[in-house]
Parts: sequence; structure tokens; C-alpha cells
Amino acid sequence: MNDPKPYLSPGPHIFGNQETPRMVRDVIIALMPAVAVSIYFFRIRAFLLIVISMAACVGAEAAIQFLMKRKIRITDGSAVVTGILFAMIIPPALPLWMAALGSFVAIGIAKELFGGLGSNIFNPALLGRAFLMAAFPTFMTAWNAPITLDAVTGATPLGLVKFSHNLDISYLNLFLGNVSGCIGETSAAALLLGAGYLFLRKTIDWRIPLSYLGTVAIISFITEKASPGTYAGPAFHLLAGGVIIGAFFMATDPVTSPVTKAGRWIFGIGCGLITMVIRLWGGLPEGVMYSILLMNGLTPILNRITRPKRYGT
Amino acid sequence: MYNYTAMLSNTFRGGVCLAEEKELTVGKKTKEIPAPKELIVPLCQHIGSPNESIVKEGDAVRVGQVLGDAKAFVSAPVHSPISGTVKSVQNFFHPVFGKSPAVLIENDEKHEPLSTSVKNDPARLSKEEIITIVRNAGIVGMGGAAFPTHVKLKVPEGKIIDTLIINGAECEPYLTGDHRLMIEKTKEVIDGVNIVSRVLGAKKVIIAVESNKLSAVFAMKKVIKPPLKIEVLKTKYPQGGEKQLIKAILKKEVPPGKLPLDVGVLVQNVGTCFAIQNAVCDGKPLTERCVTFTGSCLKEPGNYIVKVGTRLRDVIDYCGGFLTPPAKIISGGPMMGVSQYTLDVPVVKGTTGVLFLSEKEAAICEEMPCIKCAKCVDSCPLRLLPTDIMRMVKYSKWEYLKELHPSDCVECGACSYVCPSKIPLTQYIKLGKIKELNKR
Ligand code: SF4
Ligand code: SF4
Repeated sequence: MNDPKPYLSPGPHIFGNQETPRMVRDVIIALMPAVAVSIYFFRIRAFLLIVISMAACVGAEAAIQFLMKRKIRITDGSAVVTGILFAMIIPPALPLWMAALGSFVAIGIAKELFGGLGSNIFNPALLGRAFLMAAFPTFMTAWNAPITLDAVTGATPLGLVKFSHNLDISYLNLFLGNVSGCIGETSAAALLLGAGYLFLRKTIDWRIPLSYLGTVAIISFITEKASPGTYAGPAFHLLAGGVIIGAFFMATDPVTSPVTKAGRWIFGIGCGLITMVIRLWGGLPEGVMYSILLMNGLTPILNRITRPKRYGT
Repeated sequence: MYNYTAMLSNTFRGGVCLAEEKELTVGKKTKEIPAPKELIVPLCQHIGSPNESIVKEGDAVRVGQVLGDAKAFVSAPVHSPISGTVKSVQNFFHPVFGKSPAVLIENDEKHEPLSTSVKNDPARLSKEEIITIVRNAGIVGMGGAAFPTHVKLKVPEGKIIDTLIINGAECEPYLTGDHRLMIEKTKEVIDGVNIVSRVLGAKKVIIAVESNKLSAVFAMKKVIKPPLKIEVLKTKYPQGGEKQLIKAILKKEVPPGKLPLDVGVLVQNVGTCFAIQNAVCDGKPLTERCVTFTGSCLKEPGNYIVKVGTRLRDVIDYCGGFLTPPAKIISGGPMMGVSQYTLDVPVVKGTTGVLFLSEKEAAICEEMPCIKCAKCVDSCPLRLLPTDIMRMVKYSKWEYLKELHPSDCVECGACSYVCPSKIPLTQYIKLGKIKELNKR
């Protein structure tokens, strides 16, 4: 008998089937319904913006990793996710070069400068969007209506409710995404389908979406009861704007959210609170982006103050 | 019948559900492997003070003769499993210590016993006599830890053991030796449990078995009498860890740096109880044990009664060799076992199983950056933050390490198992532990 030549390694010797590239792939798959719906509603504009953002993100990642002499890791798919997510949260009329610039900021500054995959503090796609918001505010708030509506331009439902107190809402259109808004945030139906897939695959934790959406629902319920003519109710605030994509696809980004369970609850509640404060009393119609970015910034502190009680004490 | 909802609540927080891989061996009757021509009996097969050799080259030894012993209290003697001649006393391979002193014995195939066999009635022996028999028989924890059993049985002044937990959880995948023992040697195991319970004066005796071993539960149900009780626990790793067993059954947490006896509990493995019964009732020292030889590379996976000192090579030869050459050989379970590089290592008292895994079963994946997914945090039964500890160790932030309590880690490997980025977290945490210890 020839002796085998086994290899040595410390335990454990077997591993679970969850793998980071697989989890990233899951997010890409989960975004597909939203991508499809956005192309249906915004046609070639959506398609071009998505492709450009993805290409810019992957290109930026490869270039920066090369320049910083890091291992080129574009095959892990995380840059693709950032690209798609970024495209989902920009207006359909945005010039293509701005989308490319925003993508570059997302990957180059928000991700790679902080140390690359796993080391960033802020969600890259959201930071890219925040940059465009600061640099080109008019472009970031010019809304094209979807192809299915007669209008060419239109205010978003959140804008209508906030600035014109127009509470005449079609919930069906809100749910399907047949309204003005960012490319991929409008269709709650498509996003929920993707979120369901992520839960099935155990890729995301339920605590952040639940506490985020729960907080939004409770606050809007109370404010609507308090002054029915001014404020819209929970159904509107959950379906309109970016709450769904934010709660399921951005706030749940593991890298930028707490690792403790208590931390995740606080994170979700914080996102919900800030979103609603901005929506109801702030100067902007929408607050999802800032709320998540703010809570991203608080994550290291949340991790520290919510450490589990030491075993046996 | 069993109340299954109660069963599912019988567990601890954290942990992981593993692929069990037990079906390879669980249905097979245990077979005895005859002693080979030569045995390599390591002098040190326990945790504690090392043994000195009592025999030298050329000595004739008999079955059960002491080969090595130490004066220290925390030690356990080693006996010869066979009769024959000592060929040499020198360093040989050891599954845990790398290389360590061992006695090479040539088998004369005569099986000459040291003395005429003794039969004891344990009820007539005093507690002290039983503890002495256990020590002299060289019994150590058979669940893999190999801590001398008599030390555990001698409860320090002022401490009271209120509950004795018998560990039949066998939560490591692949291993089925304890399961077979509970089915095939039910009476002996229970007799052993009763001996231990008498020595400790425990009020409650609970035999803990995971829900995937109901056949063992039914077998034992038939022979146990109060105060013995069986608790069926949820099948989850590391259910068989002492702290997790105590948490699952008594909802008590053992404080950091303390022992189960500080919360009035003692945990003994079923295999240890069997060895105690053998020693006390039949005067047999611990020289053989049930070992699960398994993995997809083996022709005949199964449970085998193997003499301590038998090299893996001899067992493999006896049970038909390999189907395919193994990519990894592990002494112990796949989670906490130690990987081996030669078939010349012997089976020792603490060997629960030996796994021969294929490339596919033991795949090593590329390590990726931590994505802070918290799967490791959710899996840690000790509520540690493996990802944070790993980061502090990796970037040498020793000053922050202490507040993360790496010393609480039981090295179960659950965090490494679940990590999607395949980071060897357990390794980092062990390093952190060593750093913290050295600082004190
Ligand atoms: S399981 Fe791995 S990737 Fe996830 S937080 Fe822990 S160390 Fe990081
Ligand atoms: S940190 Fe230690 S105790 Fe916790 S899961 Fe990892 S190995 Fe097990």
C-alpha cells in the first residue's frame, strides 16, 4: 500500500456552504426583478445608466486595486452589486457621465480608499449618490415620468405629498412602480420579490428591515392620525421613495451595519426615525439616503455599546 | 414517547447545525480488531504531569502491566494492552503532541494476564477505594479531552456536586462510537453511571443524548431506574461541550474561568462510564477503546474496538484499506480533531475517531476579507465576537483584546465553520488567547 500524502491544517476541517462570492451573487440575482422593471418603465435610459454604472464600478475597482498594488478582486462581484445599486437610486434623466463619475466616487473613495471589501464604513452606492447630490443638485432632482405615463416630467409622489399636499395617491401604481422616481426604487413589488429570495437564501438578516420598516410605519401611522390632511399614512410612506430598496438592499449591507443583534435593532430603528424626520419636517422630500449613511457612521459605536453580556456573568 | 417540542427547547444559544455524516457507520455493529504484531504505546495519553517509563528495553510485559506512571495527582498510568517484549522506549509519533516518548512492544500472541481476573461488587467498595481503582486503571476522559478521571471524581472540600450529567451527545459529525456503545453496552454504561453517581453523591443524574440518537435513548430507557433520567437535546454543534450541556439542561452558565463543579455540576462522558465499570467491576485497566474509523476514503468504515497503541496503518490493513487515497487524516472529530500526516500514529485513550477525508470533504477554500456578516457572532456559543477578536489579533491591537475575552473561547470551531469568507477565526482566537495569557 502506498502511503497517502495528507495535508495538515488546524481545525475545523469541514466548512459550511455559505461563501462570500455566493452571497454577493445572491444580491445580484435578487436585484434582477427591479432591474427588469426599471428597464420596462424607463427603457433605454435605465438600461444605459445601469450598464454604465456597472462598468464604471468594476473598472474603477480594477484600476484602483492595480494602482494600490492590491490583489485584483473584481471577480468577487461586489463592484457589480455597487454598480447596480447605484444605478437603482439615480434619476433616469441623469447624464451618463455623471453616473460614471458617481460610480467612481462610490468605488474609488467610499470603498477602496477605506481599505476595500469589508473595510468601508459607508455604503459605497449611497456615498456615490450623496456626492452627486452635493455636486449636481438640479440634475439629481429632475424627474422623468415613466414611459407608461403621459407626462414627460413629473414630481415624485413624495414631492407631491410634501410640497403640494396632494394626497390623491394610487397605491397600485406605487406598488408596481408606475410613478416618477429613481430608476430602481419605485417598484416595491420587484424589490420585495428580490428581498424574499435573499431571506430564503439566508443572505440577509431580518432584524434591520423589520425595525426600519416598523419604525417608518409607526411614525407615519401616528402623524397621519394626528393631522390627516397634511401627512400620508403608513402604506404611502412604506411604498413611496426609497424605503424598500433602502431597508432590504442598503441598510442590510453587512459591511456597514452592526454585527450584534441589539446593534441591528438600533440601526434599523435609527434609519426609520431619521428617514421620517427628514420626510415630514426636513427640507427634502426623501431621507432614506442620509438616514442610512448617518447610521453607517454610527455603526462602530453601536458595535461597541451593544456587545453581548459575557457568558456566565 | 418523547415530547418533541420540549426537546427542541433543550439547547443553548448559538452553535451550528452540521451535516452529520454519521450514516457511514451508525448502523454497524462494533467489531474488535485483534492486537497487531507491534504496539506503540505512548507514555503520555492524558492532560497533566507526564509519566515516567517503568519498563525498559528487553523487559517482558504482560496484559495490564503498568508501563508508565507519575507521582503527581493530575496524571494517569499507562498499561500494556498485550503480553510481549519491550523493544524500545523512545520518541514516536503521537496524534496530539507530535512526537512523545512511547513504549514499543512486540506481541507474543500469548495474551498472558498480569494477575487472575478480579470481580468486584461496586456496592461493597468505599468511595475512596473506587477513586483509587479508577486512578490505577489509568482512566481519562474518553470524549477526547483525556483529563484524568479520578481528579474529577475527587470533589474538593466544601464543594457539592448536585447534578451529574452523563454526556452522550456526541455532537461531532462522523463519530458514532458513543452511540454504538449506548446501544451495545447499555447495561455496562449504566452500571458505570451508577458507580460515578455513588462516588459523587449526586442528587440528580441526567443522561444527555442528542435527538439524532433516539435508538440509544430507547435502549437506555429499558434499563435505567430513578434517579437516572434521560434528556433528549436538540442536535446542534457543540451540544456536547460541557458548558453548552449545562446551559441546555440546567439553564445555568458556568462563569468565566470556573469549572462546572463551581455551579454544582459534573459532566462525564458515556465512554468514560463504560471504562469505569470495566475497571471497578472487572479489574480491567484502560487499554482499549471504541474508535470510529470513517470517511469516504475507507473501504470498511465502522466502529472498532482497538488496543491503545495500535497504529492507524494496522487498523487500515485489517479493515480492507482505502478506496481512494485520503486528502486529509484527522484524529478526533472534524471540528476539533487534529490533522495527521502519517499512518504511523497510534490510537490513544482519547481517540474518539479517525477520519479519512477526500479532497471534496475537506476542501480548503481561499480566504477572503471579512464582510462583517456576523454569522460567526451568531454561531458562537460563548457569545464572543469572533470577527472583532480576529481583527484585533490581525492588526496587533492587543490593548483592545482583553475586553473581548478571547480566553472564554472553547475552541469549538463553529465560527470558522460558518464564516462565508473562510477566515480561520478559531486560529486567530487561539493566538489571541495565548497573547492574553502571556500578558498576565
Ligand atoms: S463570519 Fe467571517 S465574514 Fe462574517 S463577520 Fe465573521 S469573520 Fe467576518
Ligand atoms: S470563538 Fe471560540 S467558542 Fe466561539 S465559536 Fe469560535 S471557536 Fe467556538
